This record gives sequence, structure tokens and C-alpha cells, in this order.
Amino acid sequence: MTIQGWMLIVLFTAIAVALARPMGAWLFALYEGRRTPLHRLLGPAERAFYAMAGIDPGEEQGWRRYAVHMVAFQAVLAAFTYAILRGQAALPLNPRGLAGQDPHLAMNTAISFATNTNWQSYSGETLSNFSQMLGLTIHNFLSAATGIAIAFALFRGFARREVGTVGNFWADCTRVTLYLLLPACIVYALFLVACGVPQTFTSNVDLTTLEGARQTLVLGPVASQEAIKMLGTNGGGFFNANSAHPFENPGALTNLVEMLSIFAIGVGLTDCFGRAVGNRRQGQALLAAMMALFLAGTAIAYWQEAAGNPVLHHLGVAGGNMEGKEVRFGIAASALFAVVTTDASCGAVNAMHDSFTALGGMVPLFNIQLGEIVVGGVGSGIYGFLLFAILAVFVAGLMVGRTPEYVGKKIEAREVKLAVLAIAVLPLCILGLTAASAVHPLGLAGPLNKGPHGFSEVLYAFSSGTGNNGSAFAGLTAATPWYDGWLAIAMWIGRFFMIVPTLAIAGSLAAKRFTPETSGSFPTTGPLWVGLLIGVILIVGGLTFLPGLALGPIADHLAMIHGQLF
Amino acid sequence: MFKEVSSALRPALVLTLLFAGLLGIAYPAAMTGLAQVLFPRAANGSLVSLRGRVVGSALIGQGFAGSRYFHPRPSAAGKGYDATASSGSNLGPASKALADRVTAGIRALAPTAGAPGIPADLVTTSASGLDPDISPAAAYFQVARVAGARHVSPASVRRLVDAHVDDTWPGFLGEPHVNVLELNLALDAQTGGGVASP
Repeated sequence: MTIQGWMLIVLFTAIAVALARPMGAWLFALYEGRRTPLHRLLGPAERAFYAMAGIDPGEEQGWRRYAVHMVAFQAVLAAFTYAILRGQAALPLNPRGLAGQDPHLAMNTAISFATNTNWQSYSGETLSNFSQMLGLTIHNFLSAATGIAIAFALFRGFARREVGTVGNFWADCTRVTLYLLLPACIVYALFLVACGVPQTFTSNVDLTTLEGARQTLVLGPVASQEAIKMLGTNGGGFFNANSAHPFENPGALTNLVEMLSIFAIGVGLTDCFGRAVGNRRQGQALLAAMMALFLAGTAIAYWQEAAGNPVLHHLGVAGGNMEGKEVRFGIAASALFAVVTTDASCGAVNAMHDSFTALGGMVPLFNIQLGEIVVGGVGSGIYGFLLFAILAVFVAGLMVGRTPEYVGKKIEAREVKLAVLAIAVLPLCILGLTAASAVHPLGLAGPLNKGPHGFSEVLYAFSSGTGNNGSAFAGLTAATPWYDGWLAIAMWIGRFFMIVPTLAIAGSLAAKRFTPETSGSFPTTGPLWVGLLIGVILIVGGLTFLPGLALGPIADHLAMIHGQLF
Repeated sequence: MFKEVSSALRPALVLTLLFAGLLGIAYPAAMTGLAQVLFPRAANGSLVSLRGRVVGSALIGQGFAGSRYFHPRPSAAGKGYDATASSGSNLGPASKALADRVTAGIRALAPTAGAPGIPADLVTTSASGLDPDISPAAAYFQVARVAGARHVSPASVRRLVDAHVDDTWPGFLGEPHVNVLELNLALDAQTGGGVASP
């Protein structure tokens, strides 16, 4: 570890925390449906969209209606993308004559993007520019907007009193897209181009290298997709190598900005939550707990990667672990990126997690298994975190023998049951499917690496799919019917079996009376609360996976330090 | 329930088409137009030309095998530096395949056993397989071989490497690095020759 490495981590953390307030203010305006300076420019487009689609943005929806409309939209979008991917060969902007995807691969890709997972069973280079733009980029925007909309609905559940409604899904989704994601991406994409990210409709350049070899460069509208891929915590790369590819992430500065853009909206939502419930310290407490978990993960991953691989040290290679890392980023910026992308449900990678040291690679895996709630995906992070907050006040309530309350709402049996349902779906799906793949021949055919690391690849895949992350221990050959199919199911369950209970909680809370804080209430702002929250997250979220982690990364680590090769 | 699903159909279908037009066509097209005007070199892949012929991209690594050139890192992209198949090796830390590959890499770099200080990046594959850079240590490691093959003084080659170490501010965001293609082009320009005929 170096001073420079820690300077990067400190700088990153400071900027990320500083972003919370301005981003929170902007999000809060959208949450309330207030006019922003951008309405003058984009207001007519918003109204035209509503008029053509027959939407009344002022119509308040109950949680069931909100949920049904949200799922219907995702299903239509996924079908749209499926058709494009299947028919790629016959569609325009395909000068390289790329074939359409197989049914199982197209289904997997469509669900992967609709659920904000962006798991890459496909490799980006096999998609035409048309497929990238129409098939994938729109999901990057709309799945992110959907996540934020769900978070808004849950915030309304806490903030509203004795009403049966949680907002209007279409208005939330459209406003977030038009007034936040699109304008931000326009600026961001231009910045990326200035730093070297291509933006062109030319799909390839054939050239002869200095030594006379042939090389084909794949180009395309990379910057416009890269911007929303990061800001929307989608993570599906234009290229197979994702943000490790020099065309997606050409240098150290783009790397810093890409990492910040993963966290930008997530940290803003903590502040927006505080504003929504009328006490910004509530949001700051959530952010403090998130940052503590983030820094702990970063320290472990950086320490392990900088320490390097003893197997290679034994062969005479000095220094940190550079397998699967780019020279321009080095160890610190690669380890930090891995933690950021898995704390959020982004899944973009600038280094190959599969080639991390055993414990260095366990950090991203564990982050995903916690539910990607440390800042988290846009929207999904904060609502996942609030589910843990509900559990934490429940635990606190049991300890002091009172009805638990959180930000002015009594937390009762219904909310706790729903929160447990949403949280319990994750381990069931991850561990169940991993176990099945670890014994079925079709599952066993997947891993590239042998021994415990092969098991880690499978465990990582289902954690990533269920958690809607999308990063991978990419040695796994996942473009098979077995993995495409089960991962698609995992992604769908991981997304919607979490969202629907969340909306149900929102509806249930919105209908409740406001309970003012008294001297008997458990305070949910100070260090005691932050500590309790972290404890509940680690115990409930983490312990479930300890046996799985022992079979994978921990066994791998013991093999690595003893020079036992597979 | 049925009423709610049917009421969702029109907004879902119409918004899908409207957003496809806005986000899938208008947005990338507008960005492409702006990028082509404002930053044409970067927007088209930062191509590097030599005497009117494109020889590579400053951002994408390419293979160099001859002893007259600085070599890049080993690559797992296709058969090596295949820019249509970016990829890392994905080998785990306790992988026998990794240990064997690194052993072979060390042997190729330092045929005399026990040569110390082989830079890690010269025997490890990058994440993309297209890493355009090597570490300064990896460049200095190759100076003697390149100078010998070109019959020039190692000091002059070393000075060339010095001039190509990129550690511009803010250096702590990443790591100092040397762009292999640019270094090799400068080498050809300084000591002459080396361009393969097309």
C-alpha cells in the first residue's frame, strides 16, 4: 500500500460525501414534482410524452397500481430489447454483419438490462451499434429511473400521513429521466470524449500495426453509453472488458470520475430521504453507516491486492497482484473501483475480479451478498438499506420492549414480515442456485478455474445476478442455456421480489398515522444507531453466506498461501 | 388486477417507443454530432498515423514481438491484442495455469535463471488484454535488449524512456506508465527504420 493509494481513497470518499447535499437537493425537487430550471427547456417534452401516452401525472397511485405499472413497463421494455437482439442481423448499423443472439442469450441480456443488472453473458463486441443504442442504452436510463422511482415511493410511505397512495410511477420515471439522467449524461459524455472515449457511428477501423500485423479496432457511440452505464449504476460495458477497456476508461482521471458517478445518485438519495422525512440527520446517519462499511471493504481489498500473490512471489515476481489489472490504474485504483462497483449495484469493472487475490476478491463478492446497500444502486441501494433499517429498529424494539418506530412511523408486524421477505429472497436464490450448479453436470461445466476458485466463480455469478450487480468472476462460461436461464430467473427474482415487498411497505406506511418522537423513542440518528444498523447488516446479511465463503474464497486463500495449485 | 394491467398497457407501449427515440436515437446521435465537431481525434479512436497510414490507436495496445521494439504486456485478448475480443485471463490466484504461464514468461524474459526484479506487469495479463501501457520499470527492464538490437547506446534509449514516462498531475489518481506504441514510434523516429512494409 502506498501514500498515493490512500490519497486517492481519501479524495474519492471526500468528494462522494460532498456530492450528497447538492444531489440530494436536486433529487428532492424531482421527488416533490417541483419545477427546476430545466423545466423551461424540457417541460414541453415531458408534457408531450404524457399526452401521447395518456398519462395523468397528477393521478396518485396506490402501491399495487404503482407496482403493476412498473412491472408492466419493464416487461414491455425487455420484450422490445429481446426482439432487437434476436433480429440484429436484419437491422441497420451492422456493417460487420453480426448475427442475432441465440434465444437464451437474448432473453438473458434483455432481462439483465431490464433489471439494472447488466450481467454480460454476451460480449459487447458482438453487438451492432443499433443493438447497443436501442437495445441497451434505453434500459440503462429507464432501469435507473425505475430504481429511483421505487425509492421515491418508499420515501413517500415514510413521509405521508394517513393516505393510501405513494405517487405516480410514470411521472416519477419520466421526470427522473428527463431532468436528471439525460442532462447529466450529456455533460458527462462530452467529458468522456474529451478524455479519449470514442463517439462515432463508425463501427470498426482495420489497420496494420508497426510490425505488420492486422488489427481491427471496434468503435461506436461509446461515450454516450458509458455515461449512463456509470451514472445509472448499470455497468453493462460497450466492450467485453468493460471499464478496463481503454476506450471506455482511458486514464486515471476518467477512472476517478467513473467511480464517483457510480456513487453520485446513491449518496444523493440518502440526503433526499432525510429531506423527505423532514430531518436531514436521518439521511446523514444512513450515509455514515454506508461509508463505514465502504471504507472497511476498501481497506481489506487494497491491503490484499497490494500484498500480492504469494504463488507468483515464489516464482520471483515482486510486488502487488497485477494479473487482470491495467497499468494506468495500478493496484489502488483497481481495488477501489472493485469495492465501489459492488457496494453500488453497478457491476462495471476496471480490473478482472476473477484474478484478484482470494480475499481481495472476496470483498466484492461479500458486498454483493450484503445486498449492495452500501450506497447501492440508484434507488435499489437506499430502499435495500431502509429494509435493514426497519429490521434494526425492530431488533432495537425487542431489546427495550417497545413498539419500534422509524422516522415517525410505527413499524409493526406487517412491515417487518415484508422486509424479511425481501431480504430472505436474496440468500435463498443465491445459495439455492449455487448449490444446484455445484452438483449438476451442466453447472459444473461452467467454471474456468479448478478447485475452490471454480466454486467461487459460480457463487459470484448467482450473487451478482440475484443482487442485480452484473460484475463477474468472468472465467465462468455463462453463455450456456443452464447459466443464461437460471441467471435470468435469479435477476428477475432479485429485482422484483425485492421491489414489490418494498412498495407494499411503502403503501402500508403511507396509511399510518404520524407518531411524534418522544423520550422513549429509540433515536435513529446518533452513533449508537449507526453501530446497530451496521451490526444488523453484517449479522443478517453476512452470516448467511459465511459457509459459502468458506468453501470458496477462504479455501482459495489457504491454498494460495500454501502454494497448493489447482 | 386485470384493470390495472390493462391500464398500464398504453403508457408502457407508448413510452417505450418515445424513450427509444429520445434515448436510443436522438441522444447518441446528438452526442456523436457534438463530439465529432468538438473532439474529432478522440471521438474517432485517437488514431495514430505514420506517413499517412494508420498504424494504431494511442489508447489500444498492439503486439510487438521483435527484439528491436519495446514489448507490451502479455495479452489474453483473442490470440493477443485482438481488439475485437477484449478480455483478461480470468485465472485465479491459485491457478496452475497462471503459475505455468508466469514461469514461461519469466524464462523468456530472463533466460539466465535467478535474474532478480522482473516487473510484475511484464509477466501478467491485463484486464482488457489491450493495455497500451507498461510500467516505467518494465520499460527500463527492456532498454538493454532494444539498444543491443538497434546498435545504439543504452543511455540514449534510456533517455527516450525517461521522456515517455507519463506521471502527469494528478499522478496519485493512477500509476506512472509508458505508452508502448508511442515509445516505439519515437524509437523508430530517433534511430531510424523498423516500419514493416504493408
